[in-house]
Amino acid sequence: MKQKQLESYLQQVDGFEEPKLRLEQYPTSPHIAACMLYTIQNTFDDIKGKLVADLGCGCGVLSIGAAMLDAGLCIGFDIDDDALDIFRRNAEEFDISNVDLVQCDLCSLDAEAYVKKFDTVIMNPPFGTKHNQGMDMKFLWAALSMAKTAVYSLHKTSTREHIQKKANDWGVKMEVIAELRYDLPAVLQVPQKEIG
Amino acid sequence: MKLLTHNLLTSHVKGVVKGYPLLIKATEVKVNEVDFNPQFVSRMIPKLEWSALVQAAEELGQRQDLPAELVPEYENNEEFLKKVHRVLLEVEVIEGCLRCPESGREFPISRGIPNMLLSEDEV
Repeated sequence: MKQKQLESYLQQVDGFEEPKLRLEQYPTSPHIAACMLYTIQNTFDDIKGKLVADLGCGCGVLSIGAAMLDAGLCIGFDIDDDALDIFRRNAEEFDISNVDLVQCDLCSLDAEAYVKKFDTVIMNPPFGTKHNQGMDMKFLWAALSMAKTAVYSLHKTSTREHIQKKANDWGVKMEVIAELRYDLPAVLQVPQKEIG
Repeated sequence: MKLLTHNLLTSHVKGVVKGYPLLIKATEVKVNEVDFNPQFVSRMIPKLEWSALVQAAEELGQRQDLPAELVPEYENNEEFLKKVHRVLLEVEVIEGCLRCPESGREFPISRGIPNMLLSEDEV
């Protein structure tokens, strides 16, 4: 599938009806989602036939895109039942059967949960601004524990240095794969590639 | 909830040492067709808790003739991989709950989505 085609499909994915500020439910645009997923598959071969987790999946644009790129199974995790309900409807409308959903709080995830069970983790985590400070790093920590091969995550440029420092502390290799203009605020992408 | 997902889920209620495998009590189960990818199924098998998968399939009345022990050289055994594919990806619990084997805490499954959220005094 071409990236443009993936993007046009993802334009039909419904987003949040009433975004919750406290959960930082800003949408992942079809363009960013398609660009991210296409790169993960075509450059790194980390989606097709893989067990993928989507953390803070929201309405499911990344999961549905990963499913369209033939993930073996993509499991979306989110705390919010309204978002999961929209995700479920989206999956039904697209007639996608290689996704599944779990409602849980990734911030209170037990350290031993899902350890290295997934091949790949994809996510557009909360930015961790204001009252949610540190949330982005909690998501990254959870993602790194769950992924065997790699974590691909979207972050603001302004947090890059901090993430680099944390990556060093945690002994993982971080690589900036793409810089993308975000439709809402100015944002970039900092996917992480793990070494071990 | 597919049984591959169930195979990964653990109860982490405070104080629980062995919250695995979660017992399934289903009131509605569906079997949806999913494209068969033998390589994927074959790669998942060594990562699975086999006995938990067999038990889950049994609880749902969907075990059919899935063997209690993994068969040797399953990589080339398409018939076997298809059976595993079916229980892992095609069988879905739509309504019911998951029960922690140690604490008895029940996690509801509604419209196919297990709710693993814990209350403040459970974490």
